[in-house]
Amino acid sequence: MRGADYVLKRLAFAVVTVFVAVTINFALFRLAPGSAVTNLSRVPHATQQLREALTKQFGLNKSKGAQYVIYLKQLLHGNLGVSFENEQPVSTNLRIALINTLPMVFLGTLFSIVIGTLTGVIAAWRRGTPTETLTVSSALGFYSMPTHWLGLMLIIIFAGILPTGGMTNEFLLNPPFWTHVRDLASHITLPSLTLGLVLYGEYTLIVRSAMLETLGEDYILTARAKGLRPWTIVRRHALRNAMLPVATLIALSLGYIVAGAILIETVFSWPGIGRAVYEAVLQRDYPMLQGAFLLLTISVVICNLVADLLYFKLDPRITE
Amino acid sequence: MSSAGIMIEAPTTPAQTRRGFVLRTLRAKPAATIGLVVLMIVVLVAVLAPVIAPYGLHTQVGPVFGSPSWSHPLGLDDGGIDMVTLLMWGARISLVVGFAATVVSMAIGGTVGVLAGYFGGVVETILMRITDYFIVVPDVPLMIVVAAIWGPSLFHIVIVIGILLWTSTARVIRAQVKSVRERVYVKRARALGAGHTRIVLRHVLPQVAPLLIANTVLTVAVAIFDETALSFLGLGDPSRVSLGKVIENAFERAAISAGAWWAIVPPGAVVALIILACSLVGGALEDALNPRLRVAHLSARTFRLRPLVGRSDSAL
Repeated sequence: MRGADYVLKRLAFAVVTVFVAVTINFALFRLAPGSAVTNLSRVPHATQQLREALTKQFGLNKSKGAQYVIYLKQLLHGNLGVSFENEQPVSTNLRIALINTLPMVFLGTLFSIVIGTLTGVIAAWRRGTPTETLTVSSALGFYSMPTHWLGLMLIIIFAGILPTGGMTNEFLLNPPFWTHVRDLASHITLPSLTLGLVLYGEYTLIVRSAMLETLGEDYILTARAKGLRPWTIVRRHALRNAMLPVATLIALSLGYIVAGAILIETVFSWPGIGRAVYEAVLQRDYPMLQGAFLLLTISVVICNLVADLLYFKLDPRITE
Repeated sequence: MSSAGIMIEAPTTPAQTRRGFVLRTLRAKPAATIGLVVLMIVVLVAVLAPVIAPYGLHTQVGPVFGSPSWSHPLGLDDGGIDMVTLLMWGARISLVVGFAATVVSMAIGGTVGVLAGYFGGVVETILMRITDYFIVVPDVPLMIVVAAIWGPSLFHIVIVIGILLWTSTARVIRAQVKSVRERVYVKRARALGAGHTRIVLRHVLPQVAPLLIANTVLTVAVAIFDETALSFLGLGDPSRVSLGKVIENAFERAAISAGAWWAIVPPGAVVALIILACSLVGGALEDALNPRLRVAHLSARTFRLRPLVGRSDSAL
């Protein structure tokens, strides 16, 4: 029963958080001074028709309270207004951008989890040796670097070897399938690597500290006394328990991944959500900025929920 | 039994005063000492920038992206301005933003933490709920949105970063205050008729001060990173040269395709150095403050980590 309570509580928290985020989003943009920010219908170069349609859709001539209700209603229908920049619906723009962002972020995160866990375990196991010093200092080094600067460093190093901008080679018109795949893979390498390296530093340190704590436990001593091989101890006894906090921390670092994606996509001109945020800031494309912010916030909230539920699944003792 | 052990142990370390705690911790850890020295050098250079900068901040002293030479060891930027001069002034602004934003976030986080921990009950529930929401909302996109709407200025950046970074401080301080509140001397003080204000200021705050210092150092690093990120996205104060601004300028003016690595490598390296130094100092202080680590068989050194942006700090 307490377990069901916990799940319900987390679910309610997530729903309320999304609602708060939506409200903040409305308040930030509609209550700000200046009609360029508040008036969704002020799409530059738009026809009178489009402006009137938007004014009607979002009730822009009504009171702020009424606008809020209409905003919520439109949001439920996925209507986020029209981009000032290309006059496409914001939701369409965001969908395209999201599809581009996901593989890049996924590859980078996967890289960092695999490498970070490995180096973290090695650092903890080889405590007090030069191996640990080396692992920890390199992790701290990557962790300290500004994300976009690390991207620029990779561009300086790999310029000429790997493509440093965009998602595909624009001069390849209707390429054969495998050429296209190779082209995509070469373009995705540097952005993913940048994200991977930045996160790798963080994950190494997290895994190491979690491992150190478990390695100090009595059952590890027992396992050693039984004469188990080191690798068995690490894999069966230490890592499994250490992965508890690590699993949540990794899920929770999504906010960090989001920030990283914005910076990295800007550096590498990767046409994803982050790039969309940057462009929206540059062009003062407020509907796009608003939509992207909402999308990012909601995905972070959902991932937090998943992390909470995952933790519960992994460790049913947690019902606080 | 165990309490007797502690009683015997206490007099053997007479230097265990709170005042000397920070210094002693730093001395015991070489990495932290290095971090502190680096930090002090950077602060010194930043403070003395107007005096020791070799050239004017706005004077063109050579060709655009001039290469490094004896008179300009790090070359020139896109406006022909000496890079060493730019780095000194840039570190100055970056540190000002870092410290100012940290002061804002400490004030908010400290107040929320102390109030929630000290009063408990409904106050705590409400304040910690609010904290939970702030933790979940991704900082950087929110910073971008607010900075984009308010317009770029140093003051706005400080406020924006400050009001988004206070959550971990609030949580750490609350936990500490809750434990201090239950100690006997606090109860005695209350029995003697001391008011809330006096108890908090005289008895609770001094106890949480070292933790607050550790947290401050870590928050400075995050604030400097955030300022660099905001500047890079074109949301920095256009009239102030911060390290983030220097990187952004070089990137915008295509320093890389011009082959002018010296315009883009050093400013980022300085930011990384400052963040690294802060992490080392703050991490060492936090380690030393964690009582679990003094027990021999638990003495595995943890490295509690603060994310630069985002929020993976709260769970450990």
